[in-house]
Formats: sequence, structure tokens, C-alpha cells
Amino acid sequence: MTDWGEQTITLAHGAGGKAMRDLIQKLFVEGFDNEHLSTLEDQARFDLSALMAQGTQLAMTTDSYVVDPLFFAGGDIGKLAVTGTVNDLAMSGAIPLYLTCGMILEEGFPIKDLAKIVASMKATADAAGVKIVTGDTKVVHKGAADKVFINTAGLGVIPAGVNISAANAQVGDVVIINGFIGDHGAAIVDARGELALESSVLSDCQPLNDLVQAMLKVCPDIHCMRDATRGGVATVLNEFAHSSGVGIRIEQSSLPIREEVRGVCELLGLDPLYLANEGKLVAVVPKDKAAQVLEVMLAHPNGDNSAIIGEVLAAPKGKVLLKTGFGGERLLDVLVGEQLPRIC
Amino acid sequence: MKFVDEFRDSQKAQYLKQAIHNLAQQIEPTLSRPLQLMEFCGGHTHTIFRYGIEQLLPDCIEMVHGPGCPVCVLPMGRVDDAVNLAIRPEVIFTTFGDAMRVPGSTMSLLQARGKGADVRMVYSPMDALNLARQNPEREVIFFALGFETTMPSTALTVLQAEREGIKNFSLFCNHITTAPTIKAVLDEPDLMLDGFLAPGHVAMVIGLQPFEFIARDYYKPLVITGFEPLDILQALWMLLKQIAEQRCAVENQYARVVQPTGNKAALNAIHQVFATREHFELRGLGSIDHSGVGMTANYSGFDAERKFAVKPLTVIDPKECQCGAVIKGLIKPWECQIFGKACTPETPMGALMVSSEGACAAYYNHGYRSAAA
Repeated sequence: MTDWGEQTITLAHGAGGKAMRDLIQKLFVEGFDNEHLSTLEDQARFDLSALMAQGTQLAMTTDSYVVDPLFFAGGDIGKLAVTGTVNDLAMSGAIPLYLTCGMILEEGFPIKDLAKIVASMKATADAAGVKIVTGDTKVVHKGAADKVFINTAGLGVIPAGVNISAANAQVGDVVIINGFIGDHGAAIVDARGELALESSVLSDCQPLNDLVQAMLKVCPDIHCMRDATRGGVATVLNEFAHSSGVGIRIEQSSLPIREEVRGVCELLGLDPLYLANEGKLVAVVPKDKAAQVLEVMLAHPNGDNSAIIGEVLAAPKGKVLLKTGFGGERLLDVLVGEQLPRIC
Repeated sequence: MKFVDEFRDSQKAQYLKQAIHNLAQQIEPTLSRPLQLMEFCGGHTHTIFRYGIEQLLPDCIEMVHGPGCPVCVLPMGRVDDAVNLAIRPEVIFTTFGDAMRVPGSTMSLLQARGKGADVRMVYSPMDALNLARQNPEREVIFFALGFETTMPSTALTVLQAEREGIKNFSLFCNHITTAPTIKAVLDEPDLMLDGFLAPGHVAMVIGLQPFEFIARDYYKPLVITGFEPLDILQALWMLLKQIAEQRCAVENQYARVVQPTGNKAALNAIHQVFATREHFELRGLGSIDHSGVGMTANYSGFDAERKFAVKPLTVIDPKECQCGAVIKGLIKPWECQIFGKACTPETPMGALMVSSEGACAAYYNHGYRSAAA
């Protein structure tokens, strides 16, 4: 591994010359280390027959990552950039295979920090069983970007017979989540250092593809599934209710939320149901399979705090209801704008 | 969670619910219309919606959601003034998060930030003072908002700035006072309110005495209450008990926090730094005598209005808005002619749709009945 010392990114690293070639070779090609990238062609090439052997549909997705701060408890922007795209593929039931990586770097960014991010991306990709097979690097003037922006695109294969969609929820279905809500959002608030919190929460940033495949083994007919990232669990549930034309009711007392996250939310007047997650999926499954799916999830390391949190109803169509611990009910709507702390 | 879960116990809630229903049965035969009970404070409104408390109440009780959300009642002209201060190149404008989205006549502070203004969200006025220490070449203005609850921390921050001789820190002061605002509601000729839940955190600072005129002069029962769901249920029971016994008194449900005489140290800091204004405008309620405070002459060096010669702008609320009628209990939020149509949380026209603690926004976001409206 190259020791980058105090070196920083300069405009030369994006100018197409020797500096750029050295950076790409020593940082990205050696860092990501796979046979597709090391050919240094402008594109990655795949054997179609190998892909076709794994399923009947290709799935493709892309996302950009601009998190601040870059490093936080439980992860960093690199882990996030791989996890997010892997999970976006996984939510269709796809087996994620290949990722691209586009980096926009701000002049002056320490290369050793970039090397840490690359190492984190490689470790996360290995854990998820995917390869980062092609990429792009741009350097912009100081102030034109905030340190590092990463775009990843992903390619995966959906096995035959899997049909997961936000529009597939049916009356009587059961809603399941794979663990504690809001950990990532709370970890980012903590990492920004604006609050002197006594206990820190780890981000839940984790690839979910293996968990999803385990769930599909016992229930190939999962109706809906989505990872609850920006906008949180409440947003995902609203998307399901709206797309499927059904109502969804969740039970407040069944929601797994850590004490620390509840504490941060109490302090700032936030609702954990709208906090971002980076390793949480919400699934809607047929009622007769719910117990089996839950059992598999609880036995998996990425789902050991899974819980059934609600059910799908005929009405009110397109709406999500929250049954409070007091026996009352209220609407759980989509968030307007950014969730901002209340004054008092 | 320690010290919180005790006040959210669902079994105790069922017990209180039953006690409320028992009292309501006694009162109901004497009523010609449902009782209208106002929770003045936006914090109470938030709890009532969050825990679905209205659905636990008997039909003869209707909750009226009052004007006590400092963000909701911020007049449009003051937001314009804030934006005009924020866009000055030498200024770092600091604010609590929920004030960033309040619309002015042309833009909100959030939109001003998008246009290049240096607007920063802080969690306390002390954070703003820290920014002033770190940026001696810039002027750091804190957007001071809130009833008596937040006044002490703002006053103490100004006193700290004075002790340190910090010259580049000032307040854009929009603090408002509770009692004159409640009085303005009580003075409405078509008032239909039968009792009040009053804000515990305000009483923690000012004590019980400033609320006594409500029972004494207006013959309305009042209970000072905390912000957890059991606090509110217990306070409703206490209010009904007064009504059943045909009494009007100021009672203190929040005795674990509120001392009858308030907090002397906090009051001293407030009186040192702030002085009552003759008039102050509240969005949806209009100009109310003595409802706001400005900075005393001794602290004019920390007053952004004087430092930057702010000429207060007055912007009339859109005439379609029926916020006043909602606040007085004459109509329910969903009965307003523009509720959920022209006026939504994305495009708030009236004061009560602005913050999540406003009655209309709360119904829009959480109200089950509004779904059918």
C-alpha cells in the first residue's frame, strides 16, 4: 500500500497526465484489485452467458453520495457509496454483481483520506460479493465541491420468478423491518459534533443483498421491499401505500428504536420514523409467510433485531396510519422538506 | 427511557381516560354544545397529535389548538426583515431550524441561503455566540424567537457577550409574551372557549401569577401542564373537574417543574436585557398590546434592529386565511376555505400551516379526520 504522507489532490490529478495515471493506478486499480479494472480499458466487459445463468432480468441503478462528515461512527462515504447501490439493487431481489465508481475530488483533499475511502469501498464490496469494475475521476477547484463526491452505479441479475414492486402490496399482508430504526441519521447528527452527546450511535450502514436472498429462499413471493434511506421508514411506507392503492397501519409499540436514537430525537424534536437508515429494509410479505420470513431474518447477522411492525389494510387508500401506544391513531405522512429541529 | 417513559405509560393513560369519561358524563347533561378547551402551546398540540389524544376523549370535548407556536405567529414582515439582514455580506445569520422554512413575502431564510446568504442553523444562542468568537471579522446575528421559555437563554447569552466584550454579536429580537397573547384571544367578542391548558415551560419561568387574570377576570378555568401525554390527560381531567364543580382557578399540574413564583434568576436576566414593546404584531392575530419585547437601551449595542437600522416591514396576511377563526374555536382547521388546497405545509399561506406545531399543519400531517375532508 502506497504511503501518501501529506500529499493532497491537485488539479494535475484530473488533467489526464502522469499525475492522474499514477493516482488511478496506485489508488484505484491497486485498491479495488480485480481483473476487470486492471485491463485499464474504458469499459468493463461481461460474459453474457454467465449473467444469464443467474437469472432472467438485469437490474441497474445509480446513486451519488455527498455525506458530511465523510467519516462517522460505523462508516464513511466509501462504505456508504457501495452499500447504497448494492442495497438499491438488492431491493428488487437482484444479486448485485458489478459497480462503477465516479469520484469528484476537491483540490487540496488529503490523498491518505482518499486511500482510506478506497480501502473502505473495497472491504464493503468484498463483503457484498461485488466488484468495482470501472470508474472515473474528476478534480475541481477548491470550493467547487465539498471534499469528495462519489457516484456509484450497479448491475445485478434478478433470479427467475422474483417480482418485487412497491405496487404489489395486498390487503392482509404483513410489514417487516430488519432492525433498529434511525441509527444512521442519529450517527450523522452526532458526527457533526454540534451536540455534546454522551453516548454515540453507530451508523447501520451494511449491505443487505445476502439477507434478501435468504428471505427469498423461504418466500420467493415477497410483494414489496425497499431500503429506508433518506426520508426514513415513514417515506417508504407511504410509497408502498400510494403505489399499491392500499392503507398501511403500523404499531408504535412494535417499532424497534434504540434508546440513544430516541434520546437524540427527543432532544431535537425529530421523529425517528423520518431519520435516514443505510442498512434497513422494509418488506411487505404475504401473511402466511410472515413467521417464516421473520425467523430467517432473525437468524441472519443483518437482521437480528427484525420485527413485524404493521399490516396492509383496504383503507384509507394511499395513507399510512400509526397506532400509538395509547390506542389512538394518526396519519404518518410524507415529510415536507428537510426534518428540522423544533424551537421548543 | 428514564424520566420520560413514566409519563407515557399506556395503562395509566387508560385509567385517566376513564376518569375523564366519568366526569364528562356528569357534565354532559348541562351542556348546550361541546366544551371547547384550548391548548395554547404548540408543544401541547404536537403531543396531542403525536399520541392521538383527541381520539381518547369523549364527544363532549373538543380541543381547540391555540396560537402558541412562536414560529407560526411570526409575521411575514418580520421574516422579510430577517431575510434582509441575512443577505448582508458581512452577516452570519443564525437561527433555530424550524424558523428557516417560514415564508416571508418573497422568500424564506432557507431560500435566502440558496441564494447565497450565510444562514446557519444553531441549537442554542450560545452556539451563535461561539460563531461570533470564531469569526471576529463578521457580524453574527441570532434570530431570537419564542415566548418566555426561550427568553432566559437569549438574555443570558447577551450578558455573556457583554462580559466578554464581544462586539460582533447581536439579536434580531422577536420574543413574545404569553399573557397578553392569551388576553387577545379572550377579548375576541365571539369567543367560544371554556377552558385553557397553559404552557408549563412558560410558567416555569414566570410562575402562576401572570395567568391569574384569566380565572379572575374572564371566569375561565386554567391548568398549567407539562408536555408528556399523561401530563395532558391529567390536566384535562383537572380542567373538567373545575368545570363540573363550577370553579375557575389557576391550577398547576406541572408542579414537578413549575414553582408558583417562577424562576427569579431567569426573570432577572430577562428584565435586564429586554423591555416590553408597546405593540407587536402576531401573524393571524394582528397587533397586540405589550405582546412582544425589544432590547433595553443598555443593550442597544447587541440589538440588530438598531445596529442595522431595520425599518419594520408590515405585510398583511392573505385575506383568504381564516387562522383567526380557527384559533378562536369558531371553525376547525379543515373547515377553512383554503385548507389543503391553496394552503399546505409545502405552500403555507396562513400562520397555522407554517410550522409542524401549528394547528392546521398538525391536522394536515397527522389528522385522521383531515384525510376524509
